[in-house]
Amino acid sequence: MQPARKRKIRLVVALSAAVLLAIALVYTSINASSESVSPSQLATAKAGVSYQLTGKVQDGSVHATSDGVNFRVRDRNGTASVPVTYTGTVPDPFKVGREVIVTVRKEGSTFVGERDSLVTKCPSKFTEDATQNQKS
Amino acid sequence: MDVLAFLVIVAVIVAIATVLSAPLRNRKVDARDARGDRLDELEARKQAKYGEIRDAEMDFKTGKLSQADHTLLDRQLRAEAMEILRAIDREG
Amino acid sequence: MAIVGRALLILALVVAVYGIFASIFGARRNRPDWVVSGRRAVYTVAALATAAFAILEVAFLTSDFSYATVASHSSTTTPLFYRAAAAWSSQEGSLMLWLWLLSMWSSLVLFLTRKQLRIVAPYATAVLLGFAAFFGSLLVFFNTPFGVLSQPPAEGVGLNPLLRHPSMMIHPPMLYSGYTLFAVPFAFAIGALITRQVGAADWIRSTRRFALGAWFFLGIGILLGARWSYTELGWGGYWAWDPVENASLLPWLTGTAFIHSIMIQEKRGMLKIWNVSLVLATGILAILGTFLVRSGILDSIHAFGGSTLGVPFVTLIAVMIAGSIGLVVWRREALRSENRLDSLLSREAVFLANNLVLVAMAFVVFWGTFWPLIAEALTGDRRSLAAPWFDRYTVPLALVLVLLSGIGPVIAWRKATASNARRNFLAPAALAIVLGLGLAAAGVASRPLALIMFVVGAFVIVSVGQEFWRGIAVRRALTGEWPPAALVSLVARNRRRYGGYLVHVGMALLFIGVAASTAFNDRHEVSLSAGQSAKVGDYSFKYLRATSSISKSKDGSLEKITLGSVMSVSRGRKVVATLRPTRGYYPTDDPTLGPVSRYFDGNATSEVGLKAGLRRDLWAAMTPDLDALQPQIDRGDQVFGATAGKLTPMVEAQLLGVALRGLAAGYLKNPPPATFLLITSPLVTWIWLGAIVVFLGGLIAMWPGDRDAVRRRVKARYAARVAQDLGRVPRGAQTVAATGSVAPDAGS
Repeated sequence: MQPARKRKIRLVVALSAAVLLAIALVYTSINASSESVSPSQLATAKAGVSYQLTGKVQDGSVHATSDGVNFRVRDRNGTASVPVTYTGTVPDPFKVGREVIVTVRKEGSTFVGERDSLVTKCPSKFTEDATQNQKS
Repeated sequence: MDVLAFLVIVAVIVAIATVLSAPLRNRKVDARDARGDRLDELEARKQAKYGEIRDAEMDFKTGKLSQADHTLLDRQLRAEAMEILRAIDREG
Repeated sequence: MAIVGRALLILALVVAVYGIFASIFGARRNRPDWVVSGRRAVYTVAALATAAFAILEVAFLTSDFSYATVASHSSTTTPLFYRAAAAWSSQEGSLMLWLWLLSMWSSLVLFLTRKQLRIVAPYATAVLLGFAAFFGSLLVFFNTPFGVLSQPPAEGVGLNPLLRHPSMMIHPPMLYSGYTLFAVPFAFAIGALITRQVGAADWIRSTRRFALGAWFFLGIGILLGARWSYTELGWGGYWAWDPVENASLLPWLTGTAFIHSIMIQEKRGMLKIWNVSLVLATGILAILGTFLVRSGILDSIHAFGGSTLGVPFVTLIAVMIAGSIGLVVWRREALRSENRLDSLLSREAVFLANNLVLVAMAFVVFWGTFWPLIAEALTGDRRSLAAPWFDRYTVPLALVLVLLSGIGPVIAWRKATASNARRNFLAPAALAIVLGLGLAAAGVASRPLALIMFVVGAFVIVSVGQEFWRGIAVRRALTGEWPPAALVSLVARNRRRYGGYLVHVGMALLFIGVAASTAFNDRHEVSLSAGQSAKVGDYSFKYLRATSSISKSKDGSLEKITLGSVMSVSRGRKVVATLRPTRGYYPTDDPTLGPVSRYFDGNATSEVGLKAGLRRDLWAAMTPDLDALQPQIDRGDQVFGATAGKLTPMVEAQLLGVALRGLAAGYLKNPPPATFLLITSPLVTWIWLGAIVVFLGGLIAMWPGDRDAVRRRVKARYAARVAQDLGRVPRGAQTVAATGSVAPDAGS
């Protein structure tokens, strides 16, 4: 029963490769991912830990700097807000009131955005207010 | 305008009913039997097998198989093809 | 007309539901008349969907703002070309497009197989109509495109300027064609499972081309999205592992695996469970992709939040998953393999390896995309993964995948001769290694992964090139044709084989482009005044002067204000390119803003300045500093705010025009510094060229034509039999066989 044994070995090898991949995925995704938080959840932020901050750009808080932008991010439905100092590319749709995602780290009283991590959500074509639209 | 829209809709409904019920009213549809299906399936298998034989020949000519290996494989594939042809004849 | 459109959709839904029952009833009671009626229901749905879609398009083209969707997604200032595309920029319009494409593709496959697949087709019809009924009911009950406004506005909101890109016209239809075409093999697989015909060769034969078509269109759709991102979004990249991008990549990966492994089943009757699982998974992922785009459950650059369609979609996906698993388990005895793998040194084995890599890749992408949800379920914290995590897994997997795409074509089916295989690998491997050493000496070794990709890519190109060369030699030995003619006839006679090989070459080019442009790009973000320059890599970008323009649409209203720049790019002393990046400001109707601010606080979009080259792309985007203009804008707001209501609209519009022209002229004369993103990126063009080669190869592999050849062969066979029965071979029997016509003197 040589071929049958060979097949069994192959199956075991394939399965263990799959299991190894799965373990690696779980392990690295726990380590590499950053917690997604809203501004109000950042009240208890620890210095040096990176967070993925989501929220809206607060009215009148945007100030362009020579290499980026300073602004405040507020809760989607609320008033809590945190200051963000960001350097790097400011995406096209970035505007007051738009939703943004940015990876930040606490430094002193302000949050420093990771370079080029700022993502502005394109105002969706699929939102209910239907006043603006976006590509699929 | 509303009357026109109404008429258009009615016309569309009538057209749909006609199209969908035609096969039911006129039952002269192509009533194929199970034998026809088996033949279709065998024909598909035959074509696949012929494809395999051609592939093996191409593999040989482009230097992927040695003469000995190709002869062996070709003989085996042709035997399998003949098996399918026999099955087709049994049905036909 | 809106009422007619609405009625057509309701009728489409009713007909689809009828067709489901007619098909299943016909199949179970063995009543072909009902089956035919069910198939006609598909054609009818297609006709109704076409009519409804046409009504919607006419409304968009004529800017009929009594339709709510036209008012909110188009405007008279939107150019005609984009008005047509605006129809599917809305939720309801895109669902409409889905239904229309689904019904058209379903009709095509059922029409082509109307004389075959008597057992499987009725169930497949029912499944396809099930999808049609699902999307039909979304359009009827949840999100109708035919909603009307009792008081139509004079002007619409307009198409988002970010979407005003030529690829918007074809990107969504391509993606949706891909998604809907994957529904075809899915439906036939379900039918084959129900009727225990999974092992049969004929449903695979009939739907294989549709799977290939789905792969083809989805691929084009993904690529156009990448191209749009590169030239429109102003960040200079083409892929970001964004959930919405991933959603379209997932079915494409499993679909690629399927079109490879299905060949093994077609030839050998093996891997049935695997194949059927792949095709079912692909169908589910296609629906999942459609859903993800609308759900807002994941944080994406595309904020598709707030849709009401979550529940119906989740229900559909749950039914599809449960149904698929149930059917596979229920029919497991019909899924036994008929054969075993003959050898590890065979094309089957390479395909199997390619399948494992592709599925592993799909799994990684799936995991990374849904990790925020998984993490939230496990720990309560929502966490997300960024591009580096994806790269860590997909890069090595892609390397293996590209390597396999060079090995496969050189190895024979069933069982290759080992010594021949060794010999065949010699030249490609040697050349690739020499190239690798050369590149390493030139300094590429600083990025080892990129270097490996170059070596592997070169290996693929040489090894596939060698295959073409050998094939040509075979043809020439046979016919004595000159090489180009031999190449054409070689490919024409083995479309699937050589079309597929061409796809591999294209993918190798594409991945070389990806590796080079990610590993060796230089980017610099800098604020420049006119006359200043910045150095990026070996190139120097100089901001020569500012530009500005005001674009009007045909009826005289203002479409946008464009502020831009002219840059010259030089290398050493030599000027190599002139770039004209601009930023366009589109007006908004927001009444809280001042009359002049309204023109600057609406949507803005970058038009990048791009000089594409075979060796290197020079890319620039600019953001003018509006703060410098702010005092003037504020003054304008005050002036026009004070005169509000005192002037006739005509006069006010004229004065506004003067003010804006003044602003634009002022910007030219005394331009404030602007922020520039400057990128030099090697071999980006290879990505687009590689993709074109891929699609060319796909087109060759898909191209129909076998039918004629079969008919000719059959005719020739009958002609030969006539001749045989008559006891003599007619003159010019060769021509008889070739043309299929009986020579005039054959019967005399």
